Amino acid sequence: MHAPVRESYLNASVGIRSWLLTTDHKRIALLYFGGITFFFFVGGIAATLIRLELITPQGDLGSPDFYNRLFTMHGIIMVWFFLIPSIPTTMGNFILPMMIGARDLAFPRLNLLSWYLYIAGGLITLTALLLGGVDTGWTFYEPYSTFYATGYVILTVFGIFVSGFSSILTGLNFIVTVHKLRAPGMTWYRLPVFVWSTYATSVILVLATPVLAMTLLMLLAERVLHVGIFSPQLGGDPLLFQHMFWFYSHPAVYIMILPSMGVISEVVPVFSSKSLFGYYFVVWCSIAIAVIGFLVWGHHMFVAGQSLYASLAFSFLSYLVAVPSAIKVFNWVATMHEGWIRFDAPMLYAFGFIGLFTIGGLTGLMLAALAVDVHVTDTYFVVAHFHYIMVGGAVMGFFAGLHYWWPKISGRLYPDYWARFAAILAFFGFNLTFFPQFILGYLGMPRRYQSYPPEFQIWHVLSSAGASILAVGYALPIFYFAWSILRGPRAPANPWRATGLEWSTPSPPPPENFSTTPTVIRPPYQYDRGKPCMQAGDV
Amino acid sequence: MHGFPWWPQAASGYARQINFLFGSLLVIAFLTAGLVFFLMLFFANKYRHGANVDRSGTTKKTWRFEVSWTVATLLVFVGLAVWGASTYVHLYNPPENALQIFVVGKQWMWKAQHPGGQREINELHVPVDQPVRLVLASQDVIHSFFIPALRIKQDVVPGRYETMWFRADRVGRYHLFCAEYCGTDHAKMGGWVTVMNPRDFASWLRAQGGQGTLAAQGQQLFHRYGCSGCHEAGGTVRAPNLNGLFGSPVPLSDGSVVIADASYVRDSILDPKKQVAAGYAPVMPTFAGQVSEDDLAKLVAYIQSIGPQPGGRA
Repeated sequence: MHAPVRESYLNASVGIRSWLLTTDHKRIALLYFGGITFFFFVGGIAATLIRLELITPQGDLGSPDFYNRLFTMHGIIMVWFFLIPSIPTTMGNFILPMMIGARDLAFPRLNLLSWYLYIAGGLITLTALLLGGVDTGWTFYEPYSTFYATGYVILTVFGIFVSGFSSILTGLNFIVTVHKLRAPGMTWYRLPVFVWSTYATSVILVLATPVLAMTLLMLLAERVLHVGIFSPQLGGDPLLFQHMFWFYSHPAVYIMILPSMGVISEVVPVFSSKSLFGYYFVVWCSIAIAVIGFLVWGHHMFVAGQSLYASLAFSFLSYLVAVPSAIKVFNWVATMHEGWIRFDAPMLYAFGFIGLFTIGGLTGLMLAALAVDVHVTDTYFVVAHFHYIMVGGAVMGFFAGLHYWWPKISGRLYPDYWARFAAILAFFGFNLTFFPQFILGYLGMPRRYQSYPPEFQIWHVLSSAGASILAVGYALPIFYFAWSILRGPRAPANPWRATGLEWSTPSPPPPENFSTTPTVIRPPYQYDRGKPCMQAGDV
Repeated sequence: MHGFPWWPQAASGYARQINFLFGSLLVIAFLTAGLVFFLMLFFANKYRHGANVDRSGTTKKTWRFEVSWTVATLLVFVGLAVWGASTYVHLYNPPENALQIFVVGKQWMWKAQHPGGQREINELHVPVDQPVRLVLASQDVIHSFFIPALRIKQDVVPGRYETMWFRADRVGRYHLFCAEYCGTDHAKMGGWVTVMNPRDFASWLRAQGGQGTLAAQGQQLFHRYGCSGCHEAGGTVRAPNLNGLFGSPVPLSDGSVVIADASYVRDSILDPKKQVAAGYAPVMPTFAGQVSEDDLAKLVAYIQSIGPQPGGRA
């Protein structure tokens, strides 16, 4: 005898039109998920080719121009079409309205428009890259981009420009949603930290992305119309470009990492069956990071020729912005004290995040020390540092969240054994890939080199070996998630014994999320001797 | 393959200072990361789900922990910021008696010009134990002059002079790299810095020959480009006399005062209307696009040589 099929957002309507014209935040989240997964693997292919090239000291996989286009493509795809949208547009879209007890985001149709803008921007950029690419690096430094770059600079820049509007609209949507659509009883200090983090991220998206748009427009004006802005040949100032670019791109680092910190702040209490240590501090640290994050862009320019006093100020502020990040790490670790700790896959990814983010943060302190930065900036030390933050941190957080919310999103469980194996594999593969790059960097190996002095080879070989392990760690989830969709056992409403509103409704959720609007009676992450106390009251 | 190089050579006192600073930061990082990793694994094991341990002391007065680790973190960070900055300031204070070498970066080579007129490409020969000051210019895009063994690096932005200085104290050959991505052959834009005994350096200079000192070549250019027509006594147009100018303050027509350093001389040739000397009409034509960076270096060296303190700070 078959149980009657319950209506969920997945089966409420069928057909391609019902997906491409949907305004359901959950379906849009899945549309985004398809997009960012695609771009993650496109960027990953470029990374694979880079690591293959660097196994030997001489350039042999292709011409120097080919290599330059590879790392440009890797950076552009990964930054703008994977990392920045990754967690906010997928888990933020899906989970944030459910966490606050809302039926949808504040502007569902705007949400769909955001997705179309993202896809349009992505396809424009991808077209440019497939037609022959660009050799500017993802940073588009001037005057190189105006007068010396070859390839499809204009098309690439235009694609990024378009996708920026997707960021702005998504940020706007989240901000309004959090302000206006909280369920009764969901006060600001009862919001799960993931909501706070996404909110802080949204503020950065709305304030910083327009600066990127302006910068890119000026670049286009200069390249196409020869309006002198950045190039000294036209009376412009190359450093002006760097100031404007990093004024966006440094806060963009926090766009990438804050949502991951939010995920970890969910996962650690749930799998410790214990309330988050220092909730108020973790929340206000997110806000502090978002604010101070706007004041540190000049630390990318310590050797670029900015004034001594600017460098001194930016160094100091960079140390300041590191304080709230450190506090978060301490609070996550303290949360585990006297907990009931379980080692499911999301928690293993969270362990990985905390470990790798700590290393990334500590090496950031070295880079913020002016005299050390002079030596290691523009070397592999910087490459290793930001990969520890963005891959070790942001991507680990992405996988932690994906494994945590997968039963809610798909309504299915996945084989935990394989998921844990993938988490461990990714952790070791990651370290083998990027730790040697710290050593390379202090030895003086500059970044963006196709060929290099032979004494550096051993570290590159180790790094490439690590990358192959990492690739397996990233590819495995495709298989067990596919298995989960096809054969996985049905997920209960609250498989992890979590406390948030999203776990009070069936998996997968009905189209309207909650049959009746929930009333919130307590803060998040409340446990009574390891037993969850649901935010909406025990059903 | 060449084994496992762990630590780069250090060819100057400053480089060893950086080693000490970096080493100290490494120790701090290992201690902090070690503490985080240890506590995480310790708690994970001790308080694992099935473990029957005392969990009664649940976290009271969390603000005490929060305040103490916030303050501790802040103090350590401020200390590190001050340490890193005070070492960095050193790079902005070259000694007065430094040997001055002009370096031009262009896609994809470094060209150096010694005061005696000797020129070299993708090589830089310098004497040991003597301060050397590089005046760097770029002819096209941004490059970055990077000598890992000396732990120094400076971006070279087109349209202006950048300077850097060092005092190497170990004879040897060290890598020279371009550290700012500059196009197709970025990875090939580099070579070697050779630090030599003073006697070897002197004989190297002699062996290079050269077509007269940089200043003498500059003097020829001063006539060839027609500068002398106005700027020397008996000129047809009233223009500032440049004897004794270099390094001295120049009152400008807008009331401000600048020091006539290398950048000022360079700007005055390429963009004369930007800073007009007080009391003179802005009639000088621009030489932008007509004078290469190599020739600019020679002209600057010439103006410097007729300044009040030959070899003084530019």
